Amino acid sequence: MDGRQGGIMTTAIRYPHAAGFVAGDRPKIVTSRFEHADSFTIERFLATGGYAGLRKALGRPATDIHEEVKSATVLGRGGAGFPAGTKWGLTPQQVFPKYLVVNGDESEPGTYKDRLLMERDPHQLIEGCLIACYAAGLSQCFLYIRGEMALAQERVAAALNEAYAAGYVGKNILGSKFSVDIVLHWGAGAYVVGEETALIESLEGNRGMPRLKPPFFPAANGLYGQPTIVNNVETLANLPWLMVNGSEAYTAIGTKTSPGTRMVAVSGHVKNPGVFEIINGTTTFRDLLYGAEFCGGIRNDNELKAFVPGGGSAPWFTADQLDLPFEASQVGPAGSMLGSGAIMVMDSTTDIPAAALTLTHFYAHESCGKCTPCREGGTWLERILTRIVDGTGTEADLQQILEVGAMICPGDFPHASNEKLGLAAVPFPYKMTTICFVGPSAFAPLHSAITLFRSEFEARLVKRISIPVTAVSTPPTVWA
Amino acid sequence: MSRLNDVNIKTALEIIARYPRPKSALIPLLHLAQEQNGYVTNEAMVHLGELVGVTSAEVYGTATFYEMFRFEPVGKYLVNICGTMSCALMGAGDLMHHAEQKLGVKAGGTTADGMFTLAHAECQAACTEAPTLQVNYRFRYKVTNGDFDTLIDDLKSGKLADEIPAHGVVARIRQRIPADRGVGAVAPGLATENPAWMDGKAAL
Ligand SMILES: Cc1cc2nc3c(=O)[nH]c(=O)nc-3n(C[C@H](O)[C@H](O)[C@H](O)COP(=O)(O)O)c2cc1C
Ligand code: SF4
Ligand code: FES
Repeated sequence: MDGRQGGIMTTAIRYPHAAGFVAGDRPKIVTSRFEHADSFTIERFLATGGYAGLRKALGRPATDIHEEVKSATVLGRGGAGFPAGTKWGLTPQQVFPKYLVVNGDESEPGTYKDRLLMERDPHQLIEGCLIACYAAGLSQCFLYIRGEMALAQERVAAALNEAYAAGYVGKNILGSKFSVDIVLHWGAGAYVVGEETALIESLEGNRGMPRLKPPFFPAANGLYGQPTIVNNVETLANLPWLMVNGSEAYTAIGTKTSPGTRMVAVSGHVKNPGVFEIINGTTTFRDLLYGAEFCGGIRNDNELKAFVPGGGSAPWFTADQLDLPFEASQVGPAGSMLGSGAIMVMDSTTDIPAAALTLTHFYAHESCGKCTPCREGGTWLERILTRIVDGTGTEADLQQILEVGAMICPGDFPHASNEKLGLAAVPFPYKMTTICFVGPSAFAPLHSAITLFRSEFEARLVKRISIPVTAVSTPPTVWA
Repeated sequence: MSRLNDVNIKTALEIIARYPRPKSALIPLLHLAQEQNGYVTNEAMVHLGELVGVTSAEVYGTATFYEMFRFEPVGKYLVNICGTMSCALMGAGDLMHHAEQKLGVKAGGTTADGMFTLAHAECQAACTEAPTLQVNYRFRYKVTNGDFDTLIDDLKSGKLADEIPAHGVVARIRQRIPADRGVGAVAPGLATENPAWMDGKAAL
C-alpha cells in the first residue's frame, strides 16, 4: 500500500507557500491573510488592516485593554489552556520591570500551527506582542523561536526590521508614550525548552531545564527573577482581531468556555491531512476526521483504530470518543486533553506497539535529566518497549512497564472509556513525581496503547511454555 | 581561525547589547560561531565566554544541552529525517532505509567526501506533510524515495546553493535595531516604577 495516500489533495484550497494549511469557509481570526502569497510583508499587512488593532488599543487606557482581553477569555493555545487576561493579572503590582516571553518553540509531536503563524503572518504576531505589553505593562519582549525553524526566524526578523523602521516597534510607538523593544531570540534544539520555566532558563543562556513551581511561577518569579508573562504564539496572534472587533464579537464565535477559533493540525492516516482554523468548543473530532471540509475520512476508507487528540503527550482516543467537541471541560473527564491542537490518526493497519514506541522514544530522548523518574524511567520504558516491538519481550516486561509508569505517575492513569473492552474512563489529569510533563508523557502513549490494545502487545511476547518433567512435582518453566 | 572574526565580533556585541544580561546572548552567539566555522570549536567557546563574561566551561555546559550544536565537523549538508509518530505512520522508516542506501552511510554517519551527514530527527512541526526532512533546516515535504534522490543529486551539482546554505547558517536575515528607534535592554534595577503608559490614560 502506498504509505503516502494521506497526502492526496481534494477540492480544498491549499496554498503551496503555506504547506498544509486548508482555508475553508469558516471564520478566520488568525489566518485571514494566509490566502495572500505576500502575507508576510508589511505592505500586505497594512493593506489588510494591519496594526489597526494596536492603534485602537493605544487609544484607550492600558487597564481597559486588559479588561477587554479578560472578558474575551482568550484561552492559552500552548497546551495548558489558561486564559491570557487572567494570567496577565497574576504579576505582583509593585515589582518592575516585567517581561513578555513569547513561546515559539513548537515541538510537541503532531503540532504544526505556530510555525505557520510566524512564517505566514509575522506582523500579526508582532502586533499581538505589542498589545500584550501595552495592556499588562511589560517593559521588554523576547520572542523565542525554535532553533530549527530557519524560515520562521527569517520572516520574523525581516518583519521586525520593517516594523522598527516604520515606527511600530521601539521608542514612542506611533508617536505615543508607549515604548517597547521586541528582541528576536532563537533556540538550538531541545523540546523541553517549550516548557515555560525551561524557556526562561534557556533565555538566560543556561541549559534548558525546568524550574520547580512553586516558587518559580513565571508571573511572579520569571526571567532574571522578575515577573514574566509567557504566552504562546497563537494566543498572541488572536489579539489584533480582538482589538479591532471587540470581545463580544470574539465570544460570539465558539462556546462560552471555549470562545473564538483555534488552529488544529490533523496528521497521519487521513485522506487529507491539514492545518485548519476551526471554531472552538463545538467542532468535534468526527467533524475533523471525517468531514468533507476537513480531512474527508480515513485513508483508503480503512477503519479508524485510534487517534491522539492533543499532541504526543495526550492519552489516546478511539472511535468511541469521536463525537466529543473541542472543549476541555468534556475532553478532560473523557480521559485526555486538547493540549496543543494536534491530532494524529492511526488506521486499522497501524502497528500499535511500534507507533507507541516512536512517542516513548521521543520523550525519553528529550528528558533534560533533572528528575530521576523521568531520566531513568523514560529510558527504561523505551528499552523495554523496544524489546517487545522486536519480539524478544516477555510477560514480565509488560508488567514492568506498568510498574515503571507508576513510579512516574502514581495512582490511576487517565485513559478513555471503551465499550468493547468494558472500560470506564479515568479522567485527566494524573499525579506525577517529576518537575514537568516530559516524564509522564513518555508513559502516556504506552499506557494508552497497552490499555486499549493489550492483545497486540501480548501477541508479540515470547511465550512462556511449561515443559512437564516427570521426576519433579512442580514443572519448571523455561523461556522459549 | 576559529575565534569569532571581526565582522562577527561586531554582530555579537550588537546582539549582547539587546539583553538585560549578557549571558542571555549565549545561544545566538553559539549559532554565530557555528555559522562561521561549520561547527562550534573550543576556541570559539573560550571567545564567547570572554564576550559574555562567563567561563568557557559554562559556555560548554550550555552548548552541549542543545542538539543543533556540533563539536566536530559535519557534512556540508546535514540531512535530518523526521522519525516521530506522524512521519513514522507515513513511511519515514522506509525513507530512512532508502537514504542510508543512497548515501552509503548509516544514520549518524557522514559520507567520505564530507558532503552529507545523515541523521534521525524528531518532530519538525510539519506533521501534516509527512514524511518530512530538513537539509540544513530547509524543509522538504511528503518526501518519496525519488524526491530524496533528486534532492541529493541537486545538492551535489550545486543547483540548490541559493536556497540551502552550508551547514551552520540557519537564518540568513538578522534582526537589526536602529539606534534611534531602540529602547535598549531594560535590566532589573533599571525600572523601579510602572512604565510611562501605565498612567490610567490612553497612550494616543
Ligand atoms: C514539556 C512541555 C513542552 C511545552 N512546549 C510548548 C511549546 O512548544 N510551545 C508553547 O507555546 N507551549 C509549550 N508548553 C506550554 C508552556 O509551558 C506554557 O504553558 C505556554 O507557553 C503558555 O502560553 P499560553 O498560556 O499562551 O498557552 C510546553 C509545556 C511542557 C510541559
Ligand atoms: S520531567 Fe524530565 S524533562 Fe521534566 S524536569 Fe524532570 S527530567 Fe527534566
Ligand atoms: S512527526 Fe514528523 S514533522 Fe511532526
